[in-house]
Amino acid sequence: MNKMPKWADVLLIPAINLFLAFFISGLVILAIGKDPMVAIKTMVQGSFGDSRGLGYTLYYTTNFIFTGLAVAIASHARMFNIGGEGQAAIGGLGVALVCLAVPWPHWLVALPAAIVGGAVFGAAWAFIPAYLQAKRGSHIVITTIMFNFIAAALLGYLLVNVLKEPGNMAAETRSFPAGAALPTFHEMLAPFGIEFNKHSPANVSFLVAIACLIGFYILVWKTRLGYAIRAFGQSESAAVYAGISPAKITIIAMMISGAFAGLMAINNVMGEAERLIMNSVEGAGFIGIAVALMGRNHPVGVFLAALLFGFLYQGGAELALWENIPRELIVVIQGLVILLTGALDNMVRTPIEKLFVSLRKGGA
Amino acid sequence: MDFLTLIQILDSTVRLATPLLLACLAGLFSERAGVFDIGLEGKMLSAAFLSAAVAATTGSAWLGLGAGILASVMMALLHGIASITFRGDQLISGVAINFLAAGLTVVIGQSWFALGGRTPSLVGGGRFNEITLPFADSLANVPFLGPIYSELISGHSVLVYVAMAMVPLSWWVLFRTRFGLRLRAVGENPGAVDTAGVSVVRLRYTAVLICGVLCGIAGSYLATGLAAGFVKDMTAGRGFIALAALIFAKWRPWHALGACMLFGLLEAIGNRYQNIEILGVTLPGQFMQALPYILTVVILAGFVGKAIPPRAGGAAYVKER
Repeated sequence: MNKMPKWADVLLIPAINLFLAFFISGLVILAIGKDPMVAIKTMVQGSFGDSRGLGYTLYYTTNFIFTGLAVAIASHARMFNIGGEGQAAIGGLGVALVCLAVPWPHWLVALPAAIVGGAVFGAAWAFIPAYLQAKRGSHIVITTIMFNFIAAALLGYLLVNVLKEPGNMAAETRSFPAGAALPTFHEMLAPFGIEFNKHSPANVSFLVAIACLIGFYILVWKTRLGYAIRAFGQSESAAVYAGISPAKITIIAMMISGAFAGLMAINNVMGEAERLIMNSVEGAGFIGIAVALMGRNHPVGVFLAALLFGFLYQGGAELALWENIPRELIVVIQGLVILLTGALDNMVRTPIEKLFVSLRKGGA
Repeated sequence: MDFLTLIQILDSTVRLATPLLLACLAGLFSERAGVFDIGLEGKMLSAAFLSAAVAATTGSAWLGLGAGILASVMMALLHGIASITFRGDQLISGVAINFLAAGLTVVIGQSWFALGGRTPSLVGGGRFNEITLPFADSLANVPFLGPIYSELISGHSVLVYVAMAMVPLSWWVLFRTRFGLRLRAVGENPGAVDTAGVSVVRLRYTAVLICGVLCGIAGSYLATGLAAGFVKDMTAGRGFIALAALIFAKWRPWHALGACMLFGLLEAIGNRYQNIEILGVTLPGQFMQALPYILTVVILAGFVGKAIPPRAGGAAYVKER
């Protein structure tokens, strides 16, 4: 018997968790002598108030959809992929190599190639921890953490010693050819007579992210592979009994996860920076954890949670700019969301379950 | 490379290994009791911040150390509440603690000192200064052994010696006392411990709090011994290197000392030389940075001796009803 109705599980509990996270964050803002109401107003205005802010919000949202989906698909196979950061960084390498390989004539040709580049590189970086988990029994969490650091060192080496343009002081690749530039919202919406801010980084990758959300839904709930992944996640022994190979599913699920993380690079590397720089991922891989937890590993939830974090990210930048509240406040909120929706879930869930049980008894 | 250079490298190895060793032993207690902890980094970071902040305000490194331990213990308590009392996911709780620490240290630091998240530089009594052991100066001229004693063994801050003393102490507590036996048992088979009438919850909380204290010393040493003040993200992945060392040591105290010394040596060499040439092959500095992680992956994969974690690690204990 379900202890509570589905809507409570999907809506009420995340809402309470979110409220608690914001409430505690409000206390933090109060504690450092600022006004939480002014802070939230600044954040909303800065991230949704005009098309410049909205463009930044949706740009961040795009990143978080990719990394959120990466964590979510691994979760369905009951694995905690904490390596999205490294996979997205290596995905960036793949996208950069593709973009720099040939003088691309048009973005419509360059984008599919870059998608393949990012996904393949991201998947390859996830393959090694997945293989070690499946065949050698090493804990996926520890190996993916280690691979984040190894990826950072590898990229540092490649950017400084191999990919850097001679004469350039900064450790970055040369700029991508003009044909690989993705259209921004400004260019995409102009034909429809909609004036979108020219300088905001939101670009066509947002649509790719939406397509990935739909693809994720179909993959997980409408295909044989998705069924196998979920079955394996629910019960390994049952999956084995049903003829599903645990090693195979572990490796496939992790590679899909890495591919999603790697895909993020079409947004931040190809769409925004248009060259590969150091630390291009900027923690988005870790935010994917919060996004997947909040979004309950469902594409609709992932989209909403990614939008929330996009808002927090852009709003946080505005806070730093106008209210002299450090950007790191967003990291605090992120930590609280992970803590409340992930680790302290039972703290909220148990009393509400009891409440529903007693309500039902009262009604019967 | 001459003898004195070697001594200097080993000297900085000891300094750099100290925070790793303390954090590694911290993780050892927690994980041996069946509570995985990837929040070592966050606990160290919060301790580093509060110890530097209090030391800067009061001018006392000892008060700083106390505050640092307090900060770390609060974080440990949060981990305990989430993963023991509410039976939440230990890994997710650790991740959350890392983020909370990374964010709170800067937000509070900025409002406290308005230095962009740094604390003021510590001077005088605000830092743990180097201790000169007896006869260090007079013995410095003795060939070979003199420099080893005066440069390598003498001249560290008190917390370095504390860390070294923690190794035999941890070994003794874990492997020679009743408490240690129970603690290890709770990490392998909590059901058996419960059947014997010993509280699993209490043992695990004790382990998590010991972990908090040790991480607190580690973080305080970073900010008030190794450096002179707190800067944003100053742990720089050391908590994860300590975690790597813990796996490398296969959850054993003496091996932890060896692993931390090895990783400290790698860092010391990486700090001193940009690139290293071995047998005609040039190893880039980034390779040295990545080496602890690569070694851990190799050992975890069982290619060189298998690392098997405590059996009940990562799972909350549910009493049968």
